[in-house]
Amino acid sequence: MLNQILVPVVSLGGLGLVFGSLLAYASHKFAVEVDERVEKIIEALPAANCGACGYAGCAAFAAGVVAGDVPANGCPVGGNAVASEIANIMGVTAADVSKSIARMLCNGTCEEAKDRYEYFGVSDCVAAAKLGGGQKACQYGCLGLGTCVKACQFDAITIKDGIAVINEQKCTACEKCLTACPKQVIALISEKNQTWVMCKSKDNAKEVRGVCTTGCIACKLCEKACKFDAVHVENNVATVDYKKCVNCNQCVIKCPKKIIRGKTRNEKAFIEEEACIGCTICKKQCKFDAVEGELKTKHRIINEKCVGCGVCAQKCPKKCIEIK
Amino acid sequence: MSELLIIAVGAILIENFVLVKFLGICPFLGVSKKVETALGMGMAVTFVMVIASLITWLIQTFILKHFGIEYLQTIAFILVIASLVQFVEMVVQKTSPTLYQALGVYLPLITTNCAVLGVALLNIQKEFNLIQALVYGAGAAVGFTLAIVLFAGVRERLEYANVPKSLRGFPIALITAALLSIAFLGFQGLTF
Repeated sequence: MLNQILVPVVSLGGLGLVFGSLLAYASHKFAVEVDERVEKIIEALPAANCGACGYAGCAAFAAGVVAGDVPANGCPVGGNAVASEIANIMGVTAADVSKSIARMLCNGTCEEAKDRYEYFGVSDCVAAAKLGGGQKACQYGCLGLGTCVKACQFDAITIKDGIAVINEQKCTACEKCLTACPKQVIALISEKNQTWVMCKSKDNAKEVRGVCTTGCIACKLCEKACKFDAVHVENNVATVDYKKCVNCNQCVIKCPKKIIRGKTRNEKAFIEEEACIGCTICKKQCKFDAVEGELKTKHRIINEKCVGCGVCAQKCPKKCIEIK
Repeated sequence: MSELLIIAVGAILIENFVLVKFLGICPFLGVSKKVETALGMGMAVTFVMVIASLITWLIQTFILKHFGIEYLQTIAFILVIASLVQFVEMVVQKTSPTLYQALGVYLPLITTNCAVLGVALLNIQKEFNLIQALVYGAGAAVGFTLAIVLFAGVRERLEYANVPKSLRGFPIALITAALLSIAFLGFQGLTF
């Protein structure tokens, strides 16, 4: 009786003990030295193993960072917080991860844009677009039937007055809506670039006026208003060159159709007077004559003229100008 | 010698572990999206199956049978296979980083693979001696590799095929697996 219990317990327990100690010994004997930074980075990562970075998983990404194959800000999911943590571990400074936001390139609401016919079909832009390009008289505009709303997994898009409206806060720049939209009227624009044109129409002014009251008529007022040569009218529609644009909002103000969106916060430059050495560099750089003051005297910003473009802050050798 | 050949062919084709015995279906469906990864998985399984056949046979003969506690087979074999895989993983990681990279995540995945346990148990059921057990293990593993690579090849082509929307993805994969299985049933008539 005792044997029936004892033998299995001892033999199986013995087996377990043997294998356990074998493994313990092996883990000691065959230990591979892993860079401790890899472990730390793995802990810092979101651990979603989503593969958005291009690696097979978070562990592979961490190994890549340590090997120097990817920068510390390579994890698109973790964003700035994770990037700076990884940068700390690696002992480098991370360049900010610039986030992008999906932007609407059409402003033609029910009131503004005319319809060619009444559409009674399935509530889907792709279906509507197959019927002669959709019900909108403008062949470039948003059809507003919500294909992008269905594509968005983050509830960031709603249809309001017949066009899609994107919630900046909820947008994760996953590009799902970009591929879903048959009119390609959504574009991914970096968060830093807050100026964009809400019209895609390549038709000439007369045609645009005929179908939409809020379309780009290629009047070139924006082009003239831009002091940085960043806005150009190409193919009958204004386009912003983000290499040059500083978000000064001048084109936004000048546009007669109000279709250029610009930064919503009213920013101004401020000079920290103690640090200013009166070098006049900011004065020379300012295209709006918003800086006053002579050489070797403290400079001052003329608030009424300042548009908060930030050029002076960039050029200031003492870094004593702040935009807020 | 011819007896060993019969065992091998039997394990590879006639009694294919995946398509006839329906063992190891999980990795068969899970890791068969690309031929390359399927081959990696097949290699890892082969590696583990042969070693597992060896060790479990020894344990069965010299411990379980010796003490008359054959009813502990299943739990003892699971213990053996799990620790064996762990051990092999450590050794490979240390001695051959290239092989470790190649086997990748598949090695730990095999820890609880029912095909490996199946081989160990069948070796005992069929009352093989050590050599026969090893051949049977290797044959079963080759059969597994063959099945998973064939299946992966089909699935790669399916990616570009015009499949009805409701069948896309796993449904069509399962139907394909069933067809492959029926095809392998044809080997049943193979006799020497």
